[in-house]
Amino acid sequence: MLYAVLCYNDENAVSAWTQEEDDACMVRLAQVEDGMKAKGKMGPVARLLPTTSATTLRKTSGEPLIIDGPFAETKEQFLGFYIADCDSLDEAIAFAKDLAKANPGLGGYEIRPLALYHPSEIGG
Amino acid sequence: MTDNAWIAAALTAARPQAVSALLRYFRNLDTAEEAFQEASLRAIRTWPDKGPPRDTVAWLIFVGRNSGVDALRKTRHNVALPPEDVLSDTGDAEAEMAERLDGEHYRDDILRLLFVCCHPDLPANQQIALALRVVAGVPLRQVARAFLVSETAMEQRLTRAKARIAAHTVSFDPPDAHARLERLGTVAVMLYLVFNEGYSRGHSDPAAARLCEEAIRLTRLLLRLFPTEPEVMGLCALMLLQHARHTARTDEAGQIVLLENQNRRLWNAAMIAEGRALVEKALRHGTVGTYQVQAAIAAQHARADHADATDWAAIDRLYQSLEVIQPSPVVTLNRAVAVSKWRGPAAAMALITPLAGDLDGYFYFHGVRGGLLLQLGDDAAAREAFNRAIALASTPAEAAHIRAHLDRLGDVPRLAAAIAVQ
Repeated sequence: MLYAVLCYNDENAVSAWTQEEDDACMVRLAQVEDGMKAKGKMGPVARLLPTTSATTLRKTSGEPLIIDGPFAETKEQFLGFYIADCDSLDEAIAFAKDLAKANPGLGGYEIRPLALYHPSEIGG
Repeated sequence: MTDNAWIAAALTAARPQAVSALLRYFRNLDTAEEAFQEASLRAIRTWPDKGPPRDTVAWLIFVGRNSGVDALRKTRHNVALPPEDVLSDTGDAEAEMAERLDGEHYRDDILRLLFVCCHPDLPANQQIALALRVVAGVPLRQVARAFLVSETAMEQRLTRAKARIAAHTVSFDPPDAHARLERLGTVAVMLYLVFNEGYSRGHSDPAAARLCEEAIRLTRLLLRLFPTEPEVMGLCALMLLQHARHTARTDEAGQIVLLENQNRRLWNAAMIAEGRALVEKALRHGTVGTYQVQAAIAAQHARADHADATDWAAIDRLYQSLEVIQPSPVVTLNRAVAVSKWRGPAAAMALITPLAGDLDGYFYFHGVRGGLLLQLGDDAAAREAFNRAIALASTPAEAAHIRAHLDRLGDVPRLAAAIAVQ
């Protein structure tokens, strides 16, 4: 069974870290990751860029709405995610539009650029 | 991260919101700052035992307001209290406070605080110092170091700036849409000045890099408050894309490394990714502004894996649109560098020749001109232009860079012209 571990923290506080504090945190996280890697149990790792870089595609009964900012609809739950290598935001939005068409119901998709990405060492 | 480090980061992050809310209650910058200071001290004392509150900002505002009111009551014989309706408005609990923070109030509070710091009566360096000290909470010692003055001198400068602000009334009413946009523009310019102060001196100076980091932090804060303003996205992107090159801009000896010679592996990939994402988001709005275009130019440089892969025609087009929105000889000079890369030195020379009068006292003009003359084979005129540039250099690194051109004159047939692009 694969498990996703989703990281939550206070974005205001994280963005107040100095570069040194941020680097130090990444070093500590890498040590934890190394332990999993050694056991061959490490999957993809991603760091999301700040919420301000997010764009949301909100499904409607007609054309979807494209809005700035993160997804903030608490009635709906986070059910899954894709990682796609897109050349532009437009391409990412087009991908999300296709997903939205394929998926029944309303809901939405948050398009959030990634900063770090370690390719999977397991699965595939 | 240890508890203490977490608390320090939380206090730094909460500061702009808390101080600006306290400024609304007390209508006095010193009182607001002191109240926040007192609340921070109490946080450091109580949070490690009891754990941090659910909403740290609301807690700090609540505690700060109570301690500020106490302090004012003690000195009420000397100091006039704020209007009763302001002081007596203390009935709200933490929950209500938190709710209000999410609303327009909180957004306008921070905008007001930033706006107060860039009061038009204050010279730019005082605006920058005030924003760093009051909004970002940068210690006095570091602000003083950033401006190369003593702590006492900086303290006096800040006191004078605050007195000047206090003498002028600032509106505490929520601004209408037009006034808000105007304030936002003024604040953006001030943040850009903070960044430029650091960037222009940023050659291997840690204090200068700190200025850039603070400018980015405050701009990110502004973007969280106005997440749909394309120019705020553009400004944030511009700073990130420029600062991403920070460590590659100088070599070990502290000499300038031109953009085309920089080790691109030293560029900060996360900052570039964030900057590029923000530019793309901004441009989708279809309302072009100067920060967006400048960020788009920086993004063009950032996306090239090596200097030869730079799309100079695209950069030329972006500079042309910048010439339309914000015409200036410096913009044209920068465009000329892009033109020289894809249309050759003669076309670039034709662009900059008419600028000679306006830019005669400008270091980069003579540097670029020298580079172009060299490419055109006029070594004597190039030497003259480089000598003029050295005389105008504002840092030893700039002078040394031009001197290196002079040293190689005659030996190397084709030298870099991109002095303005670093």
